[in-house]
Amino acid sequence: MGFNRVSIKVKIKKIYSVINSVEVVPYIFVLPFIITFLVFFLYPIISSVIMSFQNIAGFRDVTFVGWKNYRNLLNPHYYSALKVSFLYTFLTIAILIPFPLILAALLNNKLLRGRNIFRSSLFMPALTSVIVAGMFFRFAFGTQPTALFNQIIGFFGLGPITWLQGRSTGMLALVVLCVWRWTGVNIVYFLAGLQGIPQELYESADIDGANSLQKFFNITIPSLKPVIIFVTTISVFGGFSMFAESFAYWTSRSPGDIGLTLVAYIYQTGFNNNNFGFASAIGITLLIIIMMVNVLQLNLFGFFKKD
Amino acid sequence: MKRFFLFAMTFILMFVVMTVGVFPQEKPTTLTFWTFQESHNKFLQDAVTTWNAANPDRQIKLEGTVYPYEDMHNNLLISLQSGKGAPDLADIEISMYANYLKGTTPALVPLNDIIEPIKDKLIMGRFDSYAKDGKYYGIDYHVGATVMYYNTDILDKAGVSIDDIKTIADYVEAGKKVVAKTGIPFTVVEVTEHWTFYQEMIKAGSDIFAKNGDVILDNQTNIDILQALSDWVNKDKIAVACPGGFTHSEEYWAFMNDGGAASLEMPFWYLNRFTDHMPDLKGKITVAPAPSWTEGGARSAGMGGTGTSITVQCKNQELAKDFLAAAKLSREGCIKTYTVLGFDPLRWDVWDAPEITAPNQFTDYFENGTDLFNVLLEVKDEINPTVITDIYPAAINLLKANATFKAVKEQSATPEAVLKQIADELRAMK
Repeated sequence: MGFNRVSIKVKIKKIYSVINSVEVVPYIFVLPFIITFLVFFLYPIISSVIMSFQNIAGFRDVTFVGWKNYRNLLNPHYYSALKVSFLYTFLTIAILIPFPLILAALLNNKLLRGRNIFRSSLFMPALTSVIVAGMFFRFAFGTQPTALFNQIIGFFGLGPITWLQGRSTGMLALVVLCVWRWTGVNIVYFLAGLQGIPQELYESADIDGANSLQKFFNITIPSLKPVIIFVTTISVFGGFSMFAESFAYWTSRSPGDIGLTLVAYIYQTGFNNNNFGFASAIGITLLIIIMMVNVLQLNLFGFFKKD
Repeated sequence: MKRFFLFAMTFILMFVVMTVGVFPQEKPTTLTFWTFQESHNKFLQDAVTTWNAANPDRQIKLEGTVYPYEDMHNNLLISLQSGKGAPDLADIEISMYANYLKGTTPALVPLNDIIEPIKDKLIMGRFDSYAKDGKYYGIDYHVGATVMYYNTDILDKAGVSIDDIKTIADYVEAGKKVVAKTGIPFTVVEVTEHWTFYQEMIKAGSDIFAKNGDVILDNQTNIDILQALSDWVNKDKIAVACPGGFTHSEEYWAFMNDGGAASLEMPFWYLNRFTDHMPDLKGKITVAPAPSWTEGGARSAGMGGTGTSITVQCKNQELAKDFLAAAKLSREGCIKTYTVLGFDPLRWDVWDAPEITAPNQFTDYFENGTDLFNVLLEVKDEINPTVITDIYPAAINLLKANATFKAVKEQSATPEAVLKQIADELRAMK
């Protein structure tokens, strides 16, 4: 008995020392991430790949259909979803990189009075729920002449517009909501980057006689390159995975597919039409598209080149 | 350790003694219920009170949860597919219902034994929408017969009498008169939802699907109707595209409340939208049979609806069935669908019951408030049913997003082209 106890103690000590060793400890620390990744990312991806080759007719009623779901992708809804997603991503990036960058540069200027108030108030929209903000914008883009945006254009003598029923105005409504929500977040990223630029660079530029614009384009922007790459990458994700904004404006069915994004299309086929096989196929193409766009974009930025 | 054990034992004992003391008779059976309409929950809670008073030995406690529309349908679909976590009773909206009947064995309980005994008193067309292979799975709240709501204030100004409007041709003529005299649009056409087009289609005896499930959406009748709706807006100018896109939008309610249009055809259940959202029209709205497409043709269509179903995961299926029958199929229950919810009851034999004509918010609001059910009795045999198939959810979705939007609002395609495109897409799904 006593001998046993001692041997158990020795065993425990041994196990402990193995766990505590330099070879093992790192794995234990990353274990939570690995488990989350396996359970919430890898498993769903693999099962979506499998489901994308199936026809899921109902409860436990599954048949393999080969490439049928992928062939069904060649339909007008998928094309318009692709178009909307690409256009939306392009427009939001085109606005959400330069615009917050300029604002951040202004906010970083010590001469600006009350900059803390500006910083926090610009960040506020990011804290609201998309659906709540979406409801607000949905009514702001209402049909009546008294709706907010109709009043604004009415000020310039333009007639009331049915914003959410036109292709270009619908896209505008989406982009406005996105810019309103994300400007503050991007400003925070850029501010962090700006504060990391050594002051000496600007001082030596001053000595060389550079003006503010030259400093901005030749010092600020090149120094912010890593931040710009990061912001662009997450904006690509954000743009292609956009759904809640479109849902807030039109629920899952937008008239004439004007607000149908790829994710909205997944939602519609999966939950509305109970066709999870086809929805998975769309999801897989979305995954591939986002990966391709990201690799392309990182390549353009020279991210993979060795310095 | 021992002390803890003792403590736990005493606690458990105390709990047991207490609960036995509090509930000397049978404990009420808890039934869970999911819905997306607060009013449906209230209605069933009210039915529970009635049930418990009448059945002291079979007490029920109903745990109702109200989710947003989309959330509820998604959660229910997932929990039924995974075989776990579904409620005992659930509301399923008609345009989503087919999703739950897919496959060989639906995860819902057939309700034939409570429906069949009173078949002759029910508007059976409403039960076919929730049936598969001769089994009925859901019980609706209402018939949803479409009627016409006229703003008589505007009609009087234009000198138009409701009695003269029998057919759609009369309706268009009256519309031209109203627009000419008052400048106010006669009606609206929904462009982001399907009601306007769908109900006219059904009333005219056409449909999306034939009885055998074939897609007939692109037949000539439907093309003509969609063309007519487009003409109302774009040629004759008697109608406008619905503000906000559909008749459940805040924009439309505000517009209508301000006397924006002279008439609207919607199902009977739209009554409570008037009382709830258009208070200024009190005393100005008359309910009348809608015009038919041909002389002597059908004047109504059974539209919309929500079926209450029992899931196979329910552990007290008999109790749930009996309760559901008492709540929604009994005479008293059916009368309450009107007095509590403002719906047209599924049992036509209560349409002339004294409780129905007693004063309430609807008799107060509508000009012919005490006559509402006479309108229904008048069209009782003309309420055309709809055909529902496996791909119904997708069909309604496509109608909402494309039909009137492209043909009436955008005018980016002809009615024929739009309907052909949708029909082909539906055929490809089969």
